[in-house]
Amino acid sequence: MKSFTYERARTPAEAAASVAKIPGAKFLAGGTNLLDLMKLEIETPTHLVDVQDIGLDTIEDTAEGGLRIGALVSNTALASDKRVRRDYGVLSRAIVAGASGQLRNKATTAGNLLQRTRCSYFYDTNMACNKRQPGSGCAAIQGFSRQLAVIGTSDSCIATYPGDMAIALRVLDATIGTVKPDGATRTIPMADFHRLPGDTPQIDNVLERGELITHVDLPRPIGGQHFYKKVRDRASYAFALVSVAAVIQPDGKMRAAFGGMAPKPWRVEAAEAGLHEDRAAAMETIFAGARPTEENAFKIPLAQRALASVVAQTRS
Amino acid sequence: MNGKGELAVSRRGVIVGGTSAVALASLPATGQERVPAKAPAAIPVKFEVNGKPVELTLDTRTTLLDALREHLKLTGTKKGCDHGQCGACTVIVNGQRINSCLSLAVQHQGDKVKTIEGLGTPEKLHPMQAAFIKHDGYQCGYCTPGQICSAVAVLDEIRAGVPSHVQDDITARPSVNADELRERMSGNICRCGAYSNIAEAILETAGAKA
Amino acid sequence: MEFNAPADTNLFDTAKVVGKSTPRIDGPLKTTGTAPYAYERHDVVANQAYGYILGAAIAKGRITAMDVSQALAAPGVITVVTSPDTDVPGKSSMNNARLFGGSEVTHYHQAIACVVAETFEQARAAASLIRTQYDREKGRFDFPALAPDAPLARGRGDKPDQARLGDFDGAFAAAPVKLDATYTTPDESHAMMEPHATIAAWEGDRLTLWTSNQMVAWGKKSMGEALGIDPENIRLDSPYIGGGFGGKLFIRADVLVAALAARAAKRPVKIALQRPLIANNTTHRHATIQRIRIGADKEGKITAIAHENWSGNLNGEDGENGTYQTPILYAGANRLTSNYIATLDLPEGNAMRAPGEAPGHLALEVAMDELAEKLGLDPIELRIRNEPKTVPATPEKQFSDRNLVRCLREGADRFGWSQRKAEPGTVRDGQWLVGMGVAAGYRGAPTMKSGARIRLDGSGKVIVETDMTDIGTGSYTIIAQTAAETMGVPLDRVQVTLGDSRFPASSGSGGQWGAASSTAGVYAACVNLRRAIGEKLGFNGDEAVFADSQIRAGDRVIDLAEAGTMSADGEITFGKFKREYDVGTYAAHFAEVAVNAYTGEARIRRMLAVCDAGRILNPLSARSQVIGAMVMAAGAALMEELVVDKRFGLFVNHDLAGYEVPVHADITQQDVLFLDTLDSVISPMKAKGVGELGICGPGAAIANAIFNATGVRVREYPITLDKYFERLPVIA
Repeated sequence: MKSFTYERARTPAEAAASVAKIPGAKFLAGGTNLLDLMKLEIETPTHLVDVQDIGLDTIEDTAEGGLRIGALVSNTALASDKRVRRDYGVLSRAIVAGASGQLRNKATTAGNLLQRTRCSYFYDTNMACNKRQPGSGCAAIQGFSRQLAVIGTSDSCIATYPGDMAIALRVLDATIGTVKPDGATRTIPMADFHRLPGDTPQIDNVLERGELITHVDLPRPIGGQHFYKKVRDRASYAFALVSVAAVIQPDGKMRAAFGGMAPKPWRVEAAEAGLHEDRAAAMETIFAGARPTEENAFKIPLAQRALASVVAQTRS
Repeated sequence: MNGKGELAVSRRGVIVGGTSAVALASLPATGQERVPAKAPAAIPVKFEVNGKPVELTLDTRTTLLDALREHLKLTGTKKGCDHGQCGACTVIVNGQRINSCLSLAVQHQGDKVKTIEGLGTPEKLHPMQAAFIKHDGYQCGYCTPGQICSAVAVLDEIRAGVPSHVQDDITARPSVNADELRERMSGNICRCGAYSNIAEAILETAGAKA
Repeated sequence: MEFNAPADTNLFDTAKVVGKSTPRIDGPLKTTGTAPYAYERHDVVANQAYGYILGAAIAKGRITAMDVSQALAAPGVITVVTSPDTDVPGKSSMNNARLFGGSEVTHYHQAIACVVAETFEQARAAASLIRTQYDREKGRFDFPALAPDAPLARGRGDKPDQARLGDFDGAFAAAPVKLDATYTTPDESHAMMEPHATIAAWEGDRLTLWTSNQMVAWGKKSMGEALGIDPENIRLDSPYIGGGFGGKLFIRADVLVAALAARAAKRPVKIALQRPLIANNTTHRHATIQRIRIGADKEGKITAIAHENWSGNLNGEDGENGTYQTPILYAGANRLTSNYIATLDLPEGNAMRAPGEAPGHLALEVAMDELAEKLGLDPIELRIRNEPKTVPATPEKQFSDRNLVRCLREGADRFGWSQRKAEPGTVRDGQWLVGMGVAAGYRGAPTMKSGARIRLDGSGKVIVETDMTDIGTGSYTIIAQTAAETMGVPLDRVQVTLGDSRFPASSGSGGQWGAASSTAGVYAACVNLRRAIGEKLGFNGDEAVFADSQIRAGDRVIDLAEAGTMSADGEITFGKFKREYDVGTYAAHFAEVAVNAYTGEARIRRMLAVCDAGRILNPLSARSQVIGAMVMAAGAALMEELVVDKRFGLFVNHDLAGYEVPVHADITQQDVLFLDTLDSVISPMKAKGVGELGICGPGAAIANAIFNATGVRVREYPITLDKYFERLPVIA
């Protein structure tokens, strides 16, 4: 781990200004992913701005009938919230399907959105990785890719977004609120937050330098049955091979977003209408253009079966 | 796995095998060249460990785990992986269990930290420690302090109504049963495989039947 | 004491302490975090500096240049020791890969430098400032491609490792029912929770190593060889070991580099291998390819059996021989076993819990299940029909004690085997397909000479000192039980000190020999002490009764405390008579597994092991050994695999997030039953170890349960869902 200086910001604006001002500075929230990567010098901030004292740690009702989740609400607190459990069950379920109890106590809502890929080659600094070291190549494309993305990839990167919470936020049409160093705020739909790799896989999301996530907004509850099906090799404490966040209405209409498939939560709204009529055809549309490797091609039929498993539960 | 031998070319034509990997291996780990820091940034840190106030001046890079083990010589908290992948470093901070390896000591100004040493001693065991002994919920002993800290906190989490992955009804209050404990304890790896004994020890401590 | 004939009736047959379920005497320390492991011994020597090892970035080649100037200039750095600039005089005869020294790189993450600094953070940061240039060479990384041309391994007496009995080819060709199947098992990592760690300190030419090592005497000898110094100048101390599973049988880079770095830094140095380094830097279980052919008559009597095994290793050294159990388990007049070894440039393969047998059972015991299916026979019945009278491959050899059929029958009753549906894919529970599987298990029960010292402190307290180790096996407690029984004192009057090379050399912990050998060594030392007490106080120590902290000799009753301060060494050695026998342990393993019909997720519902291992010294900790092995077997069956990148020659998933081992949620109900058997050929204790028996078979039982649940057979381990979910029966 490279040496760095440390400060605690008192307000969101102060935090954003600090990170914008100091070259190589980064926000530090829970630290569960950042410190992991700093130990391996995959992340090498020169300065950390600890945001634990800036507030943003509550969940409030919104005027629109939804919820505003503070950026620093812990995963545990978010999953435990009665309103979330009642009205946004898919979100609670996704969170408790991820990581471990210890990590969820420390990990924050904003930090979870920003977690980086778990690709083995990203994690090994001796290996070529365009996400870690732009221009070095991608050792994963013809290497160990079983866990990696099948769609939304590029010739320079096939990394997967590894999280669970974001898959549920995507299916719920959540939006992300931020503040920029100049004090300006903006709202980013979940759909637009994570970037596809293209030629610049080192950039995971659309945040600008010093831009701080302040909250995540959930729109009004949409009812229906909520599911988060996570398929993995071991029964817990493992990243998804494939996951499905689904909300299914009594008439069979559904929304579905997929994890473990792409560099971002994967949802194709245009195909969703077909999911309860001709699921196979709709799934084909959702994953049209997929470019799996030999090792991870199984994910596409697995995603279909995972969704089928969820649909079967609505009947039982 | 492709079986093409030692040279591989990515779709973009960048050679990632052979010589470029050699070049990469000899480069700095990241693209950014930086002047080595002159002196480690040190910072005063105050928190409470097992009820006692402590004051340290620490390199900002020092994790809570290393502050405990190397500076306070509280070595009951173990380093198994240092990357949040095993749970051996579990401690209870302000009533919640965390991986002390993935937390900087400076993040814990003013916090109340409880470690295995604060739960009980060989002469005066915590009921969870006694139950682990009775049910042989350990073998090599290295993951054990983390398992015990986690177990104590898990029972509090269930009491507080924190939901888990194995609940059929996510809105319901969780109960203490073997499936719940197994899911909630899954962040604590025991390679010796004492899992079923650990579950029995926790169940007994919670006053529940297996 | 030489054990040169089967044991007669002795004090252990009327034992009060040995054989009773006993909580571990080291439990209060381990559960309170006060048992000291290697890296955390702040108290043993002052002024400890921190070492951090840098691993090679290539798998094969040479280091052509190394620039350590930036590292040396970094804050807090005391010194940097580099492999090219270090002349390591020797190499331990027990290591295959060279641990340190020289410019040659023979495997990925080989230790090539060590930074010593005032703090851990400084050492780690400086290590990344070292710039290394390599001349990379082409390596042999593709085991499946190399296996077909691999030669036979060298077996006993350097002869090709192949054994034949009768005419396999003829008998197989003539058999009315034939099975010919090939199974593969992957490279696996020990993944013990405590990383390899050492504190090294020099005092003149004397070296002390506080380390984590299963075999203290081997470690001392090996360090003498590597450093070219008299082993008598080396002390190893390893009282608590955070898991080994074979990965800490031999010295590794942590201990050698700590010694070299401490010499260079002129102060004590402590090193723990960072987790991401361990999989490639240390040893692993080798991948295997195993072909099994079995010919049987229509009643299921095996007439021909062949088990051929391929594995690979650095320098063509010892591989993973999956055939070990095959000459022993089942009858059959015509037999062939062959063991081939390819030369690879991957990291060193070496012993991991039940080397050979663990993957061997994953093949043989699934082959038996497949044969039973072909025959339309219950798999338990098939095994019973092939129960041999003497050792099948060496019929002149007797079994010392063998109760496999009892294991199978009693296990079937306890597990509810009669509820199993013979036709696969016919039991449903919601979305889950449910099946049961069985496998037999065999693991040899070797013994090794083992010594101990027993002291009396004058107050009637008994102190045991031996370099024996406790790697989680429960050595502390069974040794205390043995001394308490033999010296006639309550358990709490026995103190056990382990792992220090200044004490008499023991068997150490490995190969399932530790429990049987080390307790027999303690018994031998106790017998010597009883005789010495008798000489001192004037009675015959062999005839006196030691009980209740008293000695009854003829009419005399003497308090043990009256013997004063005394000490005796003793050692058990094992005579040649054992060669007439195969001394082994047996088990029947059962598993019930549910497979999600949509996704193929496999979840174990319950497991049972019925074990035949002679006297069980401490049923509480022996049961733990078995359930722990069952967990590791479940990992091997369902998830564990070090993934080889055949381009670059490394295990890619080299941390505990990438290399998945079972977690709590994977393991539900586990049950263990020990048969009440005694084996008088093993040792005076009539007791055999179980720590490796427990991993021989459960993985196959799980595989067979998955077949029974789904009708799909996967022969390529681990059985992950991607290998079969598309073949699952379609459900509406």
